[in-house]
Amino acid sequence: MKNRQGKPSVEELARELGLEIVAGEKGSGRLIEDGYCGDLLSDVMGNAPPGCIWITIQGHQNIVAVALLREMAAIVIAGGFTPDNDTVLRADQEGIPLLRWPGSSYELAGKLHAIGIKGEDPDKGK
Amino acid sequence: MAVLKKEFHIHKNDFFRAGEASISIKNLLKALGIRPQIIRRVAICGYEGEMNVVMHGGDGKIIVEICPESILLLITDNGSGIPDIPLAMTKGYSTATEKYREMGFGAGMGLPNMKKNADSFAIDSVVGEGTNVRMGFSLTSKKE
Repeated sequence: MKNRQGKPSVEELARELGLEIVAGEKGSGRLIEDGYCGDLLSDVMGNAPPGCIWITIQGHQNIVAVALLREMAAIVIAGGFTPDNDTVLRADQEGIPLLRWPGSSYELAGKLHAIGIKGEDPDKGK
Repeated sequence: MAVLKKEFHIHKNDFFRAGEASISIKNLLKALGIRPQIIRRVAICGYEGEMNVVMHGGDGKIIVEICPESILLLITDNGSGIPDIPLAMTKGYSTATEKYREMGFGAGMGLPNMKKNADSFAIDSVVGEGTNVRMGFSLTSKKE
């Protein structure tokens, strides 16, 4: 499933793991460089690595701003939560892929790690 | 002396547009070729400041000044003000409502994150009048 650079695109990953793309489809060719999990926005804003896929249970519109500011590849809303209509609208406007996963954040993070998205944050420990 | 100065308005409870000023500032700094490490820190401080205004500050604005050797961010609002600044600066202290906490805000990390990521930080506030936060970023800073 990986391309020549060894990193999956959002679309490839969605297909592989059965993630539903709910918005921002025009950004689905972005490559996933890293991963991050978090529901506390200050933590995510301060620590999520660029190019990451971010797993959260937050579904409100501000998550799109955080994803843009951190230059993320995609957002996954886990735990069966549903994004607000405004979130879908903003993600479409900005071309930030917004995905859904019915299981827990932990379960999805494990799957991502297993396929080589290790989430090694260079800022770790700061 | 600022080479470039831009001003953005921030509105209370406007979660739809919250973060847009910081995104514009980030894109501007990127276009100017500022180092990514500095842009990252300015973006964190701008975002935290914007969210503070949206949640606590009433209406306000964020002004960015780009100078030859530094960037200045000024966030000012006409909200309720902060009665005890050292307490507000304490990690984990927050006056966010239950609703905001459910949205993933109110961790009490905003002001400490701003201070940590800026090269200089100053805050002053008058209860009933509003709050000003000034942050400076040196373009030659080695801070990551």
